[in-house]
Amino acid sequence: MTDCFIFDAVRTPRGRGKKDGALHEVTALELATQSLAAIRDRNRLDTAELDDVIMGCVDPVGEQGADIARAAVLKAGFAETVPGMQINRFCASGLDACNMAAGHIMAGQADLAIGGGVEAMSRVQIGSSGGAWPEDPSIAIPAYFVPQGISADLIATIDGFSRDDVDSYAVESQKRAANAWAKGFFKRSIVPIRDTQGLPILDRDEHMRPDTTMQSLGALKPAFAEMGALGFDSVAIQRYPQVEALNHVHHAGNSSGIVDGAAAVLLGSEAQGRSLGLKPRAKVKAFASIGSEPAIMLTAPVEVTKKVLTRARMETKDIDLFEINEAFASVVLRYMRLMKLAPDKVNVNGGAIAMGHPLGATGAMLLSTALDELERRGLSTALITLCIGAGMGTATIIERV
Amino acid sequence: MNLVNFKWEQDADGIVTLAWDTPGKSVNVLSMATVAELGQVADALTSDSAVKGLIITSAKAGSFSAGADLDEMAGFASQADKDAAKAAFETMMGIHRTFRKFEKCGKPVVAAINGTALGGGLELTLACHCRMIADDAKIRVGFPEAQVGLIPGGGGTQRLPRLIGAMAALPLMLEARRIDPSAAAGMGIVQKPLPAGELIAAAKAWIKANPGARAAWDDKEFRIPGGGPFSARGAQVFMVGNAMLRQRTYDNYPAQRFIMSAVYEGLLVDIDTALKIEARYFVRILMHPASRVMIRTLFHSMQELGKGARRPESEPRTDVKRLGVLGAGVMGSGIAYVSALAGIDVAMIDTTAEKAESGKDHIAKLLDREISRGRSTPDRKSEVLSRIHPAADFGALKDADLVIEAVFEDRKVKAEATAKTDAVTRQAAIFASNTSTLPITGLASASARRQNFIGIHFFSPVERMGLVEIIVGKETGKTALATAIDYAGKIRKTPIVVNDSRGFYTSRCFGTYTLEGLTMLAEGITPPLIENAGRMAGMPMGPLEVLDSVGVDTALKITRQTRKEVTKSQTPDADEQIMAWLVETSDRPGVKGGKGFYDYDNRGKRTRLWPGLFGYGKGQWHEAGVAELKQRLLMIQALEAARCFEEGVITDPRDADVGAILGWGFAPFTGGPISLIDTMGLAEFVKKCEALAAKHGERFRPNRLLREMAKTGETFYGRFAVEKAA
Repeated sequence: MTDCFIFDAVRTPRGRGKKDGALHEVTALELATQSLAAIRDRNRLDTAELDDVIMGCVDPVGEQGADIARAAVLKAGFAETVPGMQINRFCASGLDACNMAAGHIMAGQADLAIGGGVEAMSRVQIGSSGGAWPEDPSIAIPAYFVPQGISADLIATIDGFSRDDVDSYAVESQKRAANAWAKGFFKRSIVPIRDTQGLPILDRDEHMRPDTTMQSLGALKPAFAEMGALGFDSVAIQRYPQVEALNHVHHAGNSSGIVDGAAAVLLGSEAQGRSLGLKPRAKVKAFASIGSEPAIMLTAPVEVTKKVLTRARMETKDIDLFEINEAFASVVLRYMRLMKLAPDKVNVNGGAIAMGHPLGATGAMLLSTALDELERRGLSTALITLCIGAGMGTATIIERV
Repeated sequence: MNLVNFKWEQDADGIVTLAWDTPGKSVNVLSMATVAELGQVADALTSDSAVKGLIITSAKAGSFSAGADLDEMAGFASQADKDAAKAAFETMMGIHRTFRKFEKCGKPVVAAINGTALGGGLELTLACHCRMIADDAKIRVGFPEAQVGLIPGGGGTQRLPRLIGAMAALPLMLEARRIDPSAAAGMGIVQKPLPAGELIAAAKAWIKANPGARAAWDDKEFRIPGGGPFSARGAQVFMVGNAMLRQRTYDNYPAQRFIMSAVYEGLLVDIDTALKIEARYFVRILMHPASRVMIRTLFHSMQELGKGARRPESEPRTDVKRLGVLGAGVMGSGIAYVSALAGIDVAMIDTTAEKAESGKDHIAKLLDREISRGRSTPDRKSEVLSRIHPAADFGALKDADLVIEAVFEDRKVKAEATAKTDAVTRQAAIFASNTSTLPITGLASASARRQNFIGIHFFSPVERMGLVEIIVGKETGKTALATAIDYAGKIRKTPIVVNDSRGFYTSRCFGTYTLEGLTMLAEGITPPLIENAGRMAGMPMGPLEVLDSVGVDTALKITRQTRKEVTKSQTPDADEQIMAWLVETSDRPGVKGGKGFYDYDNRGKRTRLWPGLFGYGKGQWHEAGVAELKQRLLMIQALEAARCFEEGVITDPRDADVGAILGWGFAPFTGGPISLIDTMGLAEFVKKCEALAAKHGERFRPNRLLREMAKTGETFYGRFAVEKAA
């Protein structure tokens, strides 16, 4: 088997996912295009050497439809011979895209590829692509479908995380993100979005609220109590009948932010890197995906982490840094408790609660965040994982070289 | 054209009025023969150029159509093989073809709804281009199919949402709601109601004004009102609708899920493809055991028992005109109330005139509540109250045809009341006790005329519960039985007939449910799990909530009384210990005290399980698989029903099943505890019981009758069913 290396990783700043977000005026295609162009320009890449461009996008409809990866490849002016593919494994799509590209390389069926993702949530709203699982009674009812916020509250209820627990995690995420931005920890990977005249449209994550406190979060009403009362609480309890009532603790301030953004990661074999003058930054050691119970939905990171560690013949203590997507605070709290991780190893520069979760791109963004921090601290290994809709999880282990 | 179910009348303008009149029935039934005739009508309408339009109406006062012939439906279902499924599918497609002919014939078809239109009858009107309805407040339209475990099969799942949107259509079908003409018009199902006499003229005018009428959904530009399943609003309807369905039914009712699926899948395609989808779901539910047992118990058996199927044939009809009620408490006044509603004069006796009057006040309050809900009038209230005569003097009973005793649940008090009544009533007067547990034979020993002593066990709240349990004592005569059954019919309750035993049938079987819940609690199974298991099994409440609602203190008293009189044991069992701890140590008697196993708010609504429960015993709590808990809770009740059969307490499976569902809400989707056993199969039921007995104790050991029937492969309905009169 061939080793796969990461040569470069870029991500756009994340714009607020609303009409007044800075990136609302920018098409999803343009976000993806600028990420791809950045990879090419920073690495003086002969794009004809690329075997594939794989990008995650969770609502591939409207302007995000018709294989946005290939469209971005063409708009970025890549060689015509570069194919593109859009994939969807919900929230982990960006990481899965990198894993898929890495897999082709490790199998010797490709030498150089880009994995990444894009999601312009202010323009193509979450849920736009419909889907059978939440609506078709023949699956939604037997599978106890509930929206992910209910799942997050269910985790908090079963695991005993209080409103204070989840809120204090959120405050910490905001603090860490603000600190990282202030100290320029993300400088290497952030590629500002500019207009055709070069004027900057956005150069930093604008979702952050560094002044967040327990009091400011305490004022927010639980976001999922009403839909729970409509029927989803009963569905969750029918699946987990040891629960008497759901404790609704999540709200916009302790859940991932809805934002616009794109990311791209350059991967390849050692030989190809050498021939193109690319310096490898890290090796992709192992990756894995699993399915888990779909109603509680967000619990897979623990099991997929164990699976990927086994595959890499490693243990938890061999990992220096963990990036687990902050879909909801309870997801991370549960992960840390079950994996027995100290908070100073997990999401050390903040996460999606502070900076936002552009669905198709986040997985690739977490990869670059972890890599940047490994390099900054001179550490060796990182594990990146995300919980996924319909009960799935993906994880990747990287090792600095 | 050979029409037996319809009368065809063509006027000078070429407009045909088709008057529906099913021969020999008081309501119009959509039988296969009727559908065939409708096909002839549709063909005539299409081919005869002299015919300009069609009005479909009813010749029967008050009834447009009650819907399909359930016996015909059951006929398909009883075959349960691939040929039967094919035949059923072809039949449903035939209905669709005929209804589509009306829609596509190119001439206007109007439904003039001059009576109640339910199920298939309503579906026929949906296939008309226009629906007009009489402004008679007694008329109801709706889809009752879900109530008996079926789905609408005449196009309702496809036409109703295309007419009024999925959001409004789904609850109407899922909840089997029946609505009056103005509500139907408000929803857009029918035109604004008109005086009955104007319907035909209005229909004719509409026909003349709309010569090229077409169904809305046959128009190329047709849009589903509110949007389809993948519009923004439509998505919410299905996402939330699925959750609401699970919340209400715990997914125990396949019919409801099939209605959701038929609507969801049908709205994704055109009407003709959609009707095929509905037909397949209809066949699927027809062949499902749930619909078979629900039709049997909730339709046939209920009707048969309500019409007096258990009556001794030789006895002439009786008519209770004057009733005496002893005890003006909640039960007594409830009994007086429902009797007065039925036109019976009631003498309500209590120990003091004040107590008797307060019973009448309670009835007045019930009537006020009905008035405030628009279900009664002040005139009706005074009419009903005028029939109730409170008194403290037993002399008021002298003309009573029937006296019902609803006094304190104590042998001495009851014996005294019995003797005082005997002293004043006529020889032919029947005496009934409303006791819920004390054996009738024993209570009858205080009576001078034991052949006229019977049990009539009402359920609380009397005005809402549809069941009475009639208990035959050792010496109870046929006239008493006939009187009790006829009286039940007069007050519009369904009677079951059981033989004497402690707890009779209903209290005895239902008691096993709450006992099993307490047993689980004593084992250390966490309370939320027990309660959720009960609800998920299909019971209306978890066992602990049931105990709160009857009163844990009441249940404790009965348990102690039983221990004293029956088992004669010195040591309380685990269930009594828990109840004593809750009531006496923790001062938590139940709903009436605002606290029991649960806490209750000041409106009596339950808020949460008392966290202090975890302080009981040694505090060794654990979880268990909910599937097994559900099984324990249902099987123990079914076992007790089987024991009632063996002891001769129950002799007719209909009494067992109807009594269970109407009396204590036993998982209706099973068709009742005896249907549950038959559906599972005796051998499988016995096997499961043995496994439960091995794991949880002798109370699960299957009795001799069950093991015998398992060996011979019989069913309860096969062995004990009464030969129905031709």
